[in-house]
Amino acid sequence: MNEVVRSPFDIKDYLRLQLMPHFMCPGCGHGIALRALLWAVHELGLDKNKLAVVSGIGCSGRIGAYIDANTYHTTHGRPLAFATGLKLARPDLTVVVITGDGDCLAIGGNHLIHACRRNLDLTCLMLNNEVYAMTGGQASPTTSFDRITTTTPHGNAEPTLDACALAEAAGASFVGREVTRQAPALKNLIKAAIAHQGFSFVETISDCTEIYGRKNDLGESPEMILSQKSEMRPEGYSDAADEPFRPHRLRAGILVERDRPEYGRVYRQRAALERARKRQ
Amino acid sequence: MSSSLAPLQGNRACALGALAAGCRFFAGYPITPSSEIAEAMSRELPRVDGVFIQMEDEMGSLAAVIGASFGGAKAMTATSGPGFSLMQENLGYAAMTETPCVVVNVMRGGPSTGMPTRPAQGDFMQARWGTHGDHPIIVVAPASVQEIYTETIRAFNLAEEFRTPAIVLYDEIVAHLIESVELPDRRTIATTNRKWAAGTERGFAPYAETDDLVPPMARPGEGLRAHVTGLTHTADGFPTQKPELVARALQRILDKIERHRDRIEKSETLGTADAEVVIVAVGIVARAARRAVQQLRAEGIKAGLLRPITLWPFPEGATRAAAERARRVLVPEMNAGQLALEVERLAGARGKVARLNRIDGEPITPAQIAAKVRELVADE
Repeated sequence: MNEVVRSPFDIKDYLRLQLMPHFMCPGCGHGIALRALLWAVHELGLDKNKLAVVSGIGCSGRIGAYIDANTYHTTHGRPLAFATGLKLARPDLTVVVITGDGDCLAIGGNHLIHACRRNLDLTCLMLNNEVYAMTGGQASPTTSFDRITTTTPHGNAEPTLDACALAEAAGASFVGREVTRQAPALKNLIKAAIAHQGFSFVETISDCTEIYGRKNDLGESPEMILSQKSEMRPEGYSDAADEPFRPHRLRAGILVERDRPEYGRVYRQRAALERARKRQ
Repeated sequence: MSSSLAPLQGNRACALGALAAGCRFFAGYPITPSSEIAEAMSRELPRVDGVFIQMEDEMGSLAAVIGASFGGAKAMTATSGPGFSLMQENLGYAAMTETPCVVVNVMRGGPSTGMPTRPAQGDFMQARWGTHGDHPIIVVAPASVQEIYTETIRAFNLAEEFRTPAIVLYDEIVAHLIESVELPDRRTIATTNRKWAAGTERGFAPYAETDDLVPPMARPGEGLRAHVTGLTHTADGFPTQKPELVARALQRILDKIERHRDRIEKSETLGTADAEVVIVAVGIVARAARRAVQQLRAEGIKAGLLRPITLWPFPEGATRAAAERARRVLVPEMNAGQLALEVERLAGARGKVARLNRIDGEPITPAQIAAKVRELVADE
């Protein structure tokens, strides 16, 4: 991993302070994820002029604007597709996608699958708060079984989607998961993901206190964030086959790291060969 | 190298026009009857250091095109009706964020899956109003293989000049026609590049209200670090819902097209000066109409033709002028009546405009148009 550390990290160097105060609710985990991302950017020594942040729609999509970089707030579910075009046209840029569980797994699920398969050098940071919070708290593909949301008033009857397992199966060359409770670990994971050559998928478990926690009696922000630790799956613990996927079964850290040809490089190599052939 | 003459298929001419205009990025999804454009771009783009990518769907295709355009590439996608429907959301995003891009829609029979291999002109109105909200759009409608080549170049130039999506709209017949095309020397082709913002000054406003209403664009990587959003935004690029700022920002992106109509509008007339019956037709139907006019003139019937080449913004002045002196106006089109709505609005007197429509996947013939004109003249 790239270990460039210049000076102590000051988040203000990477924020558009003119936009403060921010829109996030008290206790929202997205601010911690934002801080971890910027901390990772700092420790990697990335030039923010060369950093492009592409986000989708929802609470996750809105945090991109606070980053003092080239920021693109795109359409619902499509940030990975926008980022694919941007990275292919501009391989000199570091392109980070910020997306949410609804944005990335429901409306944008197809783009995630094919971004993993292609293995273009993008970093996808999916903030999983288990709910469509911006629209008022509807169920998402990661809402836990039995949980109450505005569209599952009698308890969620659907099983949840394991985004990391999907990313791995689709071919992502780097897959990781972390909780906002472990901010330094999250920073290190994002750092490794950005440094990785190829498509990196990072799921961040981020609490939605106001819209989701309150409806499900999950406590205030301190209780919710403390419960993240006890809900992580110990090493070697596997799911019971007959139970829907639950948060307390989550594994954290780097889950997949493998060498696969990076798409942009492969495409440019083939293009160069074709140009050489034409010249002959 | 001087100009050369080559037999080309319409869709191939579209790809060559795009490359001549400076297109260096194409993202697309296979669909009949447009796929030859993607195939040609997949072959040619790597040869000019460009990038072709086949995306997972049409939403992703236009998203990737807009993403490449953020980065500075001239970028294009090509599709047909069903795919064009799927692109509407991101088309609005390109209009709202003022990101230049070109979308080719090779029209086939609709609605829905319709008739994939049959021609139609059912997307005239969708091309104008397909995405939600009031938005600027430029649509060019070529009628021959030669014109597909030149109009694709013009679409890129207009998209770049006005920072707006431009649509190249033609039907399955011209897409698959093979005609002789004059390919000019590349050095003689006029191409337009968008204005790029210079400098790294603090307080840069990426959506400032410039005199020409088209602000210079911030190229990532050069220090300006702009924010781009599909939310209504102020001059600084950040979201706002303040009524006076919203109205001003939206009015500017509409006005930038209205104010430059003289640079965008394009139409062709044949014998409209003394015509008793003026035909208004677009694309392949206009070619049938041209033949009908010649035939009718030979019979002593004073017929004329107005052919919009820029379909949107609609050539209002040219339509009013051509219809003014004529006793009747005929609008033949391969749909249930879309162009006619626009012509009726502009032609003045009620009952002046007659329609001739086909929605059966067959072209309108010169004989059908001529017969309809004779009918109109006999009615007088």
